[in-house]
Amino acid sequence: MDDLYRELIIDRYKNPHHRGVLEPNDISFEDDNPLCGDHIRIDLRLDEAGRVSEASFDGHGCAISQASADLLVESVLGKTLDEVRLLSKEDILDMLGIELGPVRLKCALLSLKVLKAGAYGLGEASDDLVE
Amino acid sequence: MPMANNVNGFDVARIRADFPVLARQIRPGVPLVYLDSTATSQKPRAVIETMDEFYRKSNANIHRGIHTLAEEATAGYEGARRRVAQFINAPSARQVIFTRNTTESINLVAFTWGRANLNAGDIVILTEMEHHSNLVPWQMLAEERGLRLEFIPVREDGLLDMDAYRELLELEPCLVSFTHMSNVLGTINPAREMIALAHQAGALALVDGAQSVPHFPVDVQELDADFLAFSAHKMCGPSGIGVLYGRKELLEDMPPFLGGGDMIKRVYLRSFAPNEIPHKFEAGTPAIAEAVGLGAAIDYLESVGMQAIAQHEHEIVAYALERLEEIPGVRVFGPSAEHKGGVASFTLQGVHPHDISQILDSFGVAIRAGHHCAMPLHEKFGLPATARASFYLYNTREEIDRLVEAIYQVKEIFG
Repeated sequence: MDDLYRELIIDRYKNPHHRGVLEPNDISFEDDNPLCGDHIRIDLRLDEAGRVSEASFDGHGCAISQASADLLVESVLGKTLDEVRLLSKEDILDMLGIELGPVRLKCALLSLKVLKAGAYGLGEASDDLVE
Repeated sequence: MPMANNVNGFDVARIRADFPVLARQIRPGVPLVYLDSTATSQKPRAVIETMDEFYRKSNANIHRGIHTLAEEATAGYEGARRRVAQFINAPSARQVIFTRNTTESINLVAFTWGRANLNAGDIVILTEMEHHSNLVPWQMLAEERGLRLEFIPVREDGLLDMDAYRELLELEPCLVSFTHMSNVLGTINPAREMIALAHQAGALALVDGAQSVPHFPVDVQELDADFLAFSAHKMCGPSGIGVLYGRKELLEDMPPFLGGGDMIKRVYLRSFAPNEIPHKFEAGTPAIAEAVGLGAAIDYLESVGMQAIAQHEHEIVAYALERLEEIPGVRVFGPSAEHKGGVASFTLQGVHPHDISQILDSFGVAIRAGHHCAMPLHEKFGLPATARASFYLYNTREEIDRLVEAIYQVKEIFG
């Protein structure tokens, strides 16, 4: 079995801990990966101190994109938006614990792109957010 | 003949050994003297072998595939984009768009930025020394949109008339689009100054770098260029791939160019949402192996050093001008060597350039004859055509001597 499909990734893909939609929410953003049609939506609720109290993702796509989204929303619980904005490509790769080529990297980073576009309050997500 | 020619530590013999075609004999005993690099450069072994290896080992379509070859091909293609960005000091690789060539890069700007921003009566400034690639797209757009085109005159000495340029800027143009180096006169234009003046007048500046990027260091941030266009094939890379660099906010605001795969984010039956830059401008399967080859060409050029290449060409062209001007009946066009890149366009009294080129070929000397895609410039100087010898990192003083000997043979034949 390829490292790409280590147990953590398959497990999070099959049994995500944070899949769903939060309505109402404080922050909600969604975007696609045009290369393969993966889609991710991320919703956040913030507490009075401005920290993420609840987070969820929804969408469809490959195991890499969905597992990274699940791990990512889990990792932002308790963080401020400023802290969320600082998350990087390396954080995602550390969470996944795998190495990825340029095509699959796009799958892994879609959720980060969506999350950061939401955290910055942007109208549109940009690859700049995850470079 | 001995090719060893070591000017200031620049080892031309070693460089020549990197270019397989330079070992060619045009006929038995008649070695090639290639003096047509302004049209296209020759390719070093490193570029040929890199592309060969790509096709032998890693060929696949990019961006969509998940298999090993697709990952390798994507990494090669996107790696080449980063290599180009470093080479011209672009702030981000996303500002590097792969096109077919300089011509397509300029057309892209004309038909996306131009259509979105230029309207009847708006002014675009060009120069009288432009290649057709930086004239015709603007003429087409001018026809479509009712634009007004103005031209910076070329002086008798081959330099642009900067006073006239300053006056033209008072017309409040939207864009100044000019060649960094003339492919006929060899004139190196003061791009940084011209761009600064354009910006002061509120205009954007597009630099046609087809002849500059291959021959001397070009830094888009130092120039403060809004757009820079160039081709791989003139810089030791393959044909079929070129580059458009653009300022990020401009590229992001521009509508797409060609429609199709890879340039979209989402597609519906009746509409689409465009992808991000640079992919927004790269519809369909691009020139993948050629991009990889361009990356190898940049590696090669940098291993020699762009400053060293510029210095070598400067010495070669200075020697060529000195030798050509001593031939009775020869007239060389363009500025003196200090303002010039590696180009020597000339006429020989009583002999049409096509005949010069034909006879030179029998001596293995490859030059170009014609209007060099700059008909208006030739008209300005009252010439139907010129002969043009042009130089690159692999040319030697001995080759200039061969050119001069061959021109004397032409004179002999035409009496």
